[in-house]
Amino acid sequence: MTEEIIISGFGGQGVLSMGKILAYAGIMEGKEVSWMPAYGPEQRGGTANVTVIVSDQFISSPIVSAYDTAIVLNQPSLEKFEPLVKPGGCIIYDGHSIIAPPRRDDIAVYRIDALEEAARSGNSKIFNILVLGGYLKVRPIATVEDVVKGLHKALPERHHKLIPMNEEAIRRGMEIIKKMSL
Amino acid sequence: MDAQHNDVLLLKGNEVIAKAAERYGYDGFFGYPITPQSEVLETLAADKPWETTGMVVLQAESEVASINMLYGAGCTGKLAFTSSSSPGIALMQEGLSYMAGNELPGVIVSVGRGGPGLGTIQPGQSDYFQAVYGGGNGDYHLIVLAPNSVQEMCDCMGKAKDLTFKWRVPVIILTDGVIGQMMEKVQLPPYTPRRTDEEISRQCPWATNGIGLKNRKYNALSTLEFDPLVMEERNRRMAEKYSRIEAEEVDYELYRADDDPEFLIVAYGISSRVSMKTIDLLREEGIRVGMLRPKTLWPFPNKPISKFAETVKGILCVEQSEGQMVNDVRLAVEGQTHVFHYGRSGGMISSPYEVMDAFKKMARECVTKNWPKGYWMK
Repeated sequence: MTEEIIISGFGGQGVLSMGKILAYAGIMEGKEVSWMPAYGPEQRGGTANVTVIVSDQFISSPIVSAYDTAIVLNQPSLEKFEPLVKPGGCIIYDGHSIIAPPRRDDIAVYRIDALEEAARSGNSKIFNILVLGGYLKVRPIATVEDVVKGLHKALPERHHKLIPMNEEAIRRGMEIIKKMSL
Repeated sequence: MDAQHNDVLLLKGNEVIAKAAERYGYDGFFGYPITPQSEVLETLAADKPWETTGMVVLQAESEVASINMLYGAGCTGKLAFTSSSSPGIALMQEGLSYMAGNELPGVIVSVGRGGPGLGTIQPGQSDYFQAVYGGGNGDYHLIVLAPNSVQEMCDCMGKAKDLTFKWRVPVIILTDGVIGQMMEKVQLPPYTPRRTDEEISRQCPWATNGIGLKNRKYNALSTLEFDPLVMEERNRRMAEKYSRIEAEEVDYELYRADDDPEFLIVAYGISSRVSMKTIDLLREEGIRVGMLRPKTLWPFPNKPISKFAETVKGILCVEQSEGQMVNDVRLAVEGQTHVFHYGRSGGMISSPYEVMDAFKKMARECVTKNWPKGYWMK
């Protein structure tokens, strides 16, 4: 099993941390992982993306040019990465952040209304964790238990009190993701 | 949160450089922030090793100041390091020449980005010449280590410590923005205590630290020499030391190259990781290709490359530059086979498929065209 994932959106949406939590969850499952950010002049609202690879085998190149899954959280990201999803792969997008949804029919397309759900719950910070939950529903590469263990590793101790809320958000994300048909 | 040494952690290459220094008993860090290596200083500032191991961490006013602080620390036999990226390392060349001339220990981490000039902040490997051939004056070499993973970033900090004292030559760890910025699994070493003053005096009897001065003649360190004959003697002694380093410290790794391959890829750092995937893809097509990865760029693995050159149909040197290490590959090959270069530059990194296309073009030309032996192709 090798899963090559691109997570892309605006700076401030939690793209890089989502990737880090996913990579830690992979470690908890005993897998090999790599996390490679596209870094630049970083700013809130700028573009941010990270390539995460989770595999049973040694990961040779952390740089890849096609992905099994693209998680896109804004329109420019969708336009950039939709063509780079491998045939048979999947794309996950946030319903509120995308105006023109994906059009490819050789990949599975999922929509998650995470921004709306986060607003409804009154906690906008769980947005990326809802999306992570949705992803794990579609590609169960790690169990929720391992993600929670990963959160213990990824978060500084002073934030551990927030973990139950995050676990709830992962489970909620799993419920609200929808498969779209063209 | 302090991790046990057998814990598997997920860390950036840059973060690991800082944590490895704390654990290998480094005495000091002097540096100035620059993308893509600022996490080294940031991690040290967050870990506050001055409260635990007593390691000094100082943000200097510039790279020129950093390297001269490293020079000063080296004079006292202390183990210090600095880290920077391409234009910052350019500013350090004068200090490096002085350190090399005084045969001082010191470790420099160079996290390459696209150049020349200020260039870009994206990853690059166009500082091979800078690290291996240097921009400082005089007959000197630095030992150049080239890690290609986050774990090796950690290991190189230990290896650099050993080498720099063993040979009294500054060691430069040449890496790139990808290895510095990416996170991978890593296991950190256990803490080694910093050396005591007595241990430093025993290891570095030449050090100008004033320790035990009542019972000995004073030490002096200077690169200035008025008598050219004496300067030549000094250079010859250093040259003799450099040849021993070349004989003893060459390090490299082979990847899928043990079945008498038809073609060879030579790559270091991030290019070696990308090329490994290319080789896997080519092997699936039944093409016998392997890789030689120099882990030391100076001394360079001339002999093993020369050995492969006797039998392979061609060698592709992959580096994210317009062609620098390829010159050393050609020197090692001495016209025995065709040598090609492939790479992106300026902050672009080639994908495994781009390397595959370049490889196939090279392989086709090596087989179909009747070039004279050792014909060079850009």
